[in-house]
Amino acid sequence: MARHLLHRLWQSALTLVLASIVVFAGIRALPGDPATAMAGEEADPATIQAVRARLGLDQPLPVQYLKFAGRALTGDLGVSTRTGTPVGELIRATLPVTVQLAVYAMAVAVLAGTTAGVLAAVFRGRWPEWAANALSLTALSVPTFWLGILAVLYLSVHLGWFPASGYVSPFDHPVRGLYYLTLPALILGLTHSAVLQRQTRASMTGTLSADFVRTARAKGLGGTAVVFRYGLRNSLIVVVTVVGLQLGGLIGGAVVTERIFTLPGIGKLTLDSVFTRDYPVVQAVVLVITASYIVINLLVDVLYTVIDPRIRVSGRSR
Amino acid sequence: MTTAAAATAAPDGALPGPGRTHGRALRTLVRNPMGVAGGILLLIVVLAGVLAPLLAPGPPTEVHFSTPFQQPATVGFPLGTDDLGRDILSRVLYGTRASLEVGVLSVLLAVVAGVPLGLLAGYWRWLDALVSRLADLMLAFPFLILAVGLAAINGGGLGNAAIALGIANVPAMIRVVRAETLRLAEADFVLAAHAMDAGPLRVLGRHILPNALSAIIVQATLVMPAAVLGEAVLSFLGLGIQPPDPSLGIMLSDAQNYLLRTPWPGVFPGLAIALICLGFNLFGDALRDALDPRTSGSGERS
Repeated sequence: MARHLLHRLWQSALTLVLASIVVFAGIRALPGDPATAMAGEEADPATIQAVRARLGLDQPLPVQYLKFAGRALTGDLGVSTRTGTPVGELIRATLPVTVQLAVYAMAVAVLAGTTAGVLAAVFRGRWPEWAANALSLTALSVPTFWLGILAVLYLSVHLGWFPASGYVSPFDHPVRGLYYLTLPALILGLTHSAVLQRQTRASMTGTLSADFVRTARAKGLGGTAVVFRYGLRNSLIVVVTVVGLQLGGLIGGAVVTERIFTLPGIGKLTLDSVFTRDYPVVQAVVLVITASYIVINLLVDVLYTVIDPRIRVSGRSR
Repeated sequence: MTTAAAATAAPDGALPGPGRTHGRALRTLVRNPMGVAGGILLLIVVLAGVLAPLLAPGPPTEVHFSTPFQQPATVGFPLGTDDLGRDILSRVLYGTRASLEVGVLSVLLAVVAGVPLGLLAGYWRWLDALVSRLADLMLAFPFLILAVGLAAINGGGLGNAAIALGIANVPAMIRVVRAETLRLAEADFVLAAHAMDAGPLRVLGRHILPNALSAIIVQATLVMPAAVLGEAVLSFLGLGIQPPDPSLGIMLSDAQNYLLRTPWPGVFPGLAIALICLGFNLFGDALRDALDPRTSGSGERS
């Protein structure tokens, strides 16, 4: 058990290091010289050279990488070339917004997805299964951003139920904050509920036809108790897996939702920095998103072993 | 758990088995109403895309400054016009064409890069460590971030969007093919081929690849809608197809700016994307059930 965890920890750390090298190399592969960009096109070669030396760009790439990695480990992610703001500050300002949105959306997805999945499994071959399947197929096919645009149009503009855009921190104004995040979270959550619905349904269908469930029924246990105490509990592992995989994806996938609802999250920061060619920010943001993705996957793995002791022995998952 | 593919494969290698398996799969597919519905939808969508130059009332980039924001069912503009008076029907048709192009190119790229790597990784252990690490590394990046990053490095445009989405889909393809190869490498007919002194390339090409085809096709049906959605997202964000080239994603991005004035330019492109993806998802689900009786419609990438 401890060995398995250590192994996974080591693996995640290695992946993170490799990912940071890829990101670092990728940014260097981009066209354009940051030193020239900072000094201006007409600057004389000496000035450009000075800027290059100040940025450390005159050193060999491996040295540059080690310096970058060393600073990143101490929390120093560099400075935005566009505004001069420390990147760490930018991320501290934007990441909470995205995390709030992702957690809220995941709550919506879990609630909608597992409910629909359980209903589909319990009422197999009857209309609830059809409805649940139709819903998940639609959610899989309809682009999130289109749903978002339509929701803004109808629910915000036409009916006036929700604000069309904007962000209020839930820590300052709990009710208003949640209210502002509700529509984005609903949209993001519903599109992510589809996979959950399918996995829950598949797993529940399997569990409900298992021998021990038949035994429980034969012993006179009621339908609801069987579904919740036996079925749902055994399907929990699937839910955790999918939630873990999706939560990681949600942090990155929030780019689009943040763009539609103009939320000041890390997705917006990513896009802004890509468009303004603010490479230190791009580099840091991609690294932070990837790191959170890796950490979440690691946590899911750990959570598995807690929920399902059988996995402790067999090791590798995902 | 003997699989259908392995069971029906001809052990002597004269004619690999999938021919027969696929015949049965086709019959299963035709009996599945959802699959048939998906197939018909797909046929319509593909025809609309391929025949766009014939079906479209006009060029997709032609502007009519005198008639912006026309409602649908206006004379001359069946689906109305956008802010520049461009015909929405033409733009949706050409946009569908672009979506399909990106989708097909991405699938091709994922297959061309992923299948050989998966075969090699599944067959040679020493390569497996390297290739699987590579796939793990690529999977460590969230799909959309990987695509956005690649698009940022390569720049916009249809081809680059397809490359970004194709590369983002390579690791999943590697995993699927590798798993199939690992499984098939232990099969009796492969051992028999080894016994008959068949070289590694012959074993991989004639015995393993044909039997892994089902899994590859199934994976491809997952890549296709993902790529179509991905193209729309990249273009919507301004990192995919560049204006004035028509793209469903760009149309939605434009429409968002004047949504209050007229909602229609924001409705039809999204509907087109949804129909394309619905077609592929329905057809893909049915194909999966038909080709692989072990699974029953689960396991998508988000």
